[in-house]
Amino acid sequence: MTILGQLALWIALLVSAWGTFVGFYGGMTRRHELIASARRATYVLCGLAMVASAGLLVAILKHDFNVAYVASYTSRDLPTVYLLSAFYGGQSGSMLFWVLVLSIFAALAQWLTARKYEHLLPYVAGVTSAVTLFFVATMLFSANPFARLPFTPADGQGLNPQLQNPGMVVHPPMLYLGYISITIPFAFAVAALMSRRLDTGWLHAIRKWTIVSWLFLSIGITLGMWWAYVELGWGGYWAWDPVENASFLPWLTMTAFLHSVMIQEKRGMLKKWNMVLISLSFFLSIFGTFITRSGVISSVHSFAQSSVGYYFLGGLIALVLGMAWLLYTRLPMLQSESHLESMVSREASFLFNNLILVGIAFSVLWGTIFPVISEIVRGHQVTVGPPFFNQVNIPLGLALLALTGIGPLIAWRKASVGNLRRQFAVPVVLGGVAAAVITALGMGNFYAILTISLAVFVTATIVQEFVRGVGARHRLHGENPVQAFVRLVGRNRRRYGGYVVHLGIVTYFVAFTGQAFKVDREASLKPGESVEVQSPWGHTYTFTHLGVSQYDQLNRLVSAASVEVDKDGKRIGVMSSEKRQHFTCAVPTRPCPDQMRQKSFEPSTEAGIRSNLQEDIYIVYAGSVEGTEEAVYRFTINPLVWWLWYGGFVLVVGGVITLWPGTTVRATRQGDTQGGYAAQIVESKGA
Amino acid sequence: MREPLSRRQALRWMGLGAAAPLVALSRRALAQGTQEPEAPGLYDPFRVGRPQNRITDYENDPFIVGLESRIRCVCGCNLDVYTCRTTDFTCTTSPAMHREVVQLVENGKTAQEILDTFIAEHGEMVLMAPKKEGFNLLAYFLPGTAVVTVGGVLLWFLWKGRERAAAVRASERADLSGLSPEDRKRLEAELENLES
Repeated sequence: MTILGQLALWIALLVSAWGTFVGFYGGMTRRHELIASARRATYVLCGLAMVASAGLLVAILKHDFNVAYVASYTSRDLPTVYLLSAFYGGQSGSMLFWVLVLSIFAALAQWLTARKYEHLLPYVAGVTSAVTLFFVATMLFSANPFARLPFTPADGQGLNPQLQNPGMVVHPPMLYLGYISITIPFAFAVAALMSRRLDTGWLHAIRKWTIVSWLFLSIGITLGMWWAYVELGWGGYWAWDPVENASFLPWLTMTAFLHSVMIQEKRGMLKKWNMVLISLSFFLSIFGTFITRSGVISSVHSFAQSSVGYYFLGGLIALVLGMAWLLYTRLPMLQSESHLESMVSREASFLFNNLILVGIAFSVLWGTIFPVISEIVRGHQVTVGPPFFNQVNIPLGLALLALTGIGPLIAWRKASVGNLRRQFAVPVVLGGVAAAVITALGMGNFYAILTISLAVFVTATIVQEFVRGVGARHRLHGENPVQAFVRLVGRNRRRYGGYVVHLGIVTYFVAFTGQAFKVDREASLKPGESVEVQSPWGHTYTFTHLGVSQYDQLNRLVSAASVEVDKDGKRIGVMSSEKRQHFTCAVPTRPCPDQMRQKSFEPSTEAGIRSNLQEDIYIVYAGSVEGTEEAVYRFTINPLVWWLWYGGFVLVVGGVITLWPGTTVRATRQGDTQGGYAAQIVESKGA
Repeated sequence: MREPLSRRQALRWMGLGAAAPLVALSRRALAQGTQEPEAPGLYDPFRVGRPQNRITDYENDPFIVGLESRIRCVCGCNLDVYTCRTTDFTCTTSPAMHREVVQLVENGKTAQEILDTFIAEHGEMVLMAPKKEGFNLLAYFLPGTAVVTVGGVLLWFLWKGRERAAAVRASERADLSGLSPEDRKRLEAELENLES
């Protein structure tokens, strides 16, 4: 099966080269047989990627340790679910996964795109085939997942224990889906430029793709935070690590694109900017892949350093130059159809939203690469860690939060004083009251007060929109509030789904505030001994060490330290934190004899977590004092963390509402992007 | 001349001599009885990794924790010393750096002196954020300056764009000269409330 997989990759190399050629050439010459061939090439590539992936999966599931990848990332005792996740747990496997997903998306793009955008499809096939070609070539010449060892070990080295977590089964695929699906909107942008069809057609063609991509990135990032929180044991979820930053960058530019594209659809403006944003998103997804795989910037999440980084750097430079040339030659066709009329308008607020999003993206990118720049300029590296990123990004983030409330409510073209008063009077008052109340309650952290106040303001704007919409339907159609609510959202999913997404973002910000009030306490406790920790909400937690129990479980030896937890003198339960010592077996027989067990990694830590809306109790068992049951713990009280996961859920719900099929897209008449108002007025006058 | 030892005296001394070791032994036993019992041993200590030290007040001292949050562990984990020593319990570098911080604090060094000591040992890379001086200022000020500059340019364009927009609006109004005042009023109200 691995031979078949290897063969499939080599054929995919040839087919993707062919698809690239016929895609672009067929598109330019409009030769139907070439266009059809390009389309068929994407379907064939999809089939070949599936065969290659099946080859690797079979090798993993059958424990074919002669395959270097299988020996490096799996072992006989690895649970099946982690055997499956080992498929994308290593360098070359993750690249094969990338090719698989890209080829599926490329085939879906060809299959699902409406026929009215058929003129774009050959170029789309060309771009997706070219990206596939790049990945397949990189795999075959630098990181082949089917490479074999000169011998067959009795067992593999196993998967890194930190990757043996349910979050890690879902998080990487989600992030990859996000990264990879950006290729499709980018391909349509290139197609629009090459075909010189730069009306809003290509934007309509990619509308769902952009939301899908953004949603996968959001889910991937949130699951990554969850994994870091439950698995890494440091009590936080975001450390501004270069690889975390690399996933955040395309999310920021995609978010900017999702907003600015509305201005192009409504007013025919920002055409060049939208091209830049979608290209930037794609480049940043490749840049993220480069950072993860090159080792140029040190990160705890990096794959092993290898030569694939050079391929990615070369590919990235070629992409940037190619896109810059294409954009330059099409600039005259990307002229704006109307102008901004006021600084107090929805267009202006979206522009500032874009400015801040791209500003944050720039600051994150700048901070991420600054160590390298410092080394080039001054000859020595510096560390750019959380203190830098927090200092630079918190003010920008808060400005963004404010615009989240302002943007959707302010009028298009030019907002009057009446419009501003009608839309913002109540939310501003509520935000102010919230600030006053929490200050009076004793909160002294300026940023926390501002965040909560802005969160209340934005929530009020959203609730107000729903209340007004439901009220209007009730008055016009006599519907009851529930019916009116459902129909309101159902009839305008993009708008109200967007509001729900904003609500999710607000919830994230509330969760971030909690980090300012985190409490840590270390203690070494003998069985029966206790320690008290004060929470920021004023509760007193008492932790009493019960003891350490040791037992075997799956592919690991577990030591679980347990504490009884009292809150304000009332028992709330027992919590455990574990040390897990993973092992591999020197012989293929099962069960593995004790003397044949070999320690595979350093012991990993499983935190004990108990959540509620107010705060998390987070317990980490660090180890024991001199082989006794005297345990060393870190107790952390982490406020508002639950809100992060809740915000992620709300955000996904909003995204799904936006994506839900059935919304009829209003037909865009030729030229009505130019504001459209004059034409509509003349029409209504004529009628 | 000394009187010979009577039988009674001899028995008393013999009794005392025999009792002394017993008293000593019983005292020692009593002393042992008042000691805290040792914590029970683990079945297999190797499973929980490197043996840990008992926690002292220094580990929870806000000054030391704050200081360690500004110093990067040089083991290559990308974490600060505090986070590393309370997270990656296999790392031996961060506990060693912690001990060094404690020692410097015990010697009466200030926060800046302690940071300077670490910079002298490991270079500027040991700080979690670059010092705000020289070339590093570029790191801090470029993002903010870029946002403010672009924002300023954007505002300028918006300001200038108003003139062009006014001209466009005038031409639109000319096209609509046939509208009645009521229709125009209704239209403007609709436009103002147009949401999406």
